[in-house]
Amino acid sequence: MNLTLSHFSAAVLFALFTSVVFGITQRNTSREQIRYGLWCFPMFVGGVILAGWVMWILRR
Amino acid sequence: MANSSAGKRDSAGTQNPPMAMTPMSFMAPAIGWLIPGAGHLIQKCYIRGALLMASIVSMFLLGLAMQGHVYKANGGDILDILGFIGDIGAGGLYILTQVNKWGEGAIAHATADYGTKFIIVSGLLNFIAVADAYHIAIGKKS
Repeated sequence: MNLTLSHFSAAVLFALFTSVVFGITQRNTSREQIRYGLWCFPMFVGGVILAGWVMWILRR
Repeated sequence: MANSSAGKRDSAGTQNPPMAMTPMSFMAPAIGWLIPGAGHLIQKCYIRGALLMASIVSMFLLGLAMQGHVYKANGGDILDILGFIGDIGAGGLYILTQVNKWGEGAIAHATADYGTKFIIVSGLLNFIAVADAYHIAIGKKS
């Protein structure tokens, strides 16, 4: 099997799985876990987009 | 020492309850390492265990499907050594790849590089899940 993903789709999947694990392991109550997971996901994806723009600026 | 703070007072002056070292505090991390999420499942944290298992196993399998490289024990380049440490965190999944000789190809394209990182990070996430299972077992976390 050879799965080919774009950089962005790979980053979104990475953010999804990592956010789930971070949410469960880094907070105590269920409510806090969900909130932290939902906070981590856009931070990961946003970080990818931000890093992409920084690299685009550096390349110019 | 995991229970070095047992019975001590914290900064607020309250007494910390002693942390219990039970057979579960040894079994949960060991089983959690071997089967991602199982350390939570045997402690009756079914939803958390299932989510951890789904996330870590999916990430590892996606990494393999993207032709990611699985590192073997080595004494060479520092990045190869660190890659091996990350990979071995996946426990039983890592053993499965070694038995079936999966992930032995060279990293020939960008997707394979993403896959290699997916495999390493799934192992590192399992290390965090193992630590969490241990904290639940000793009563540090509910």
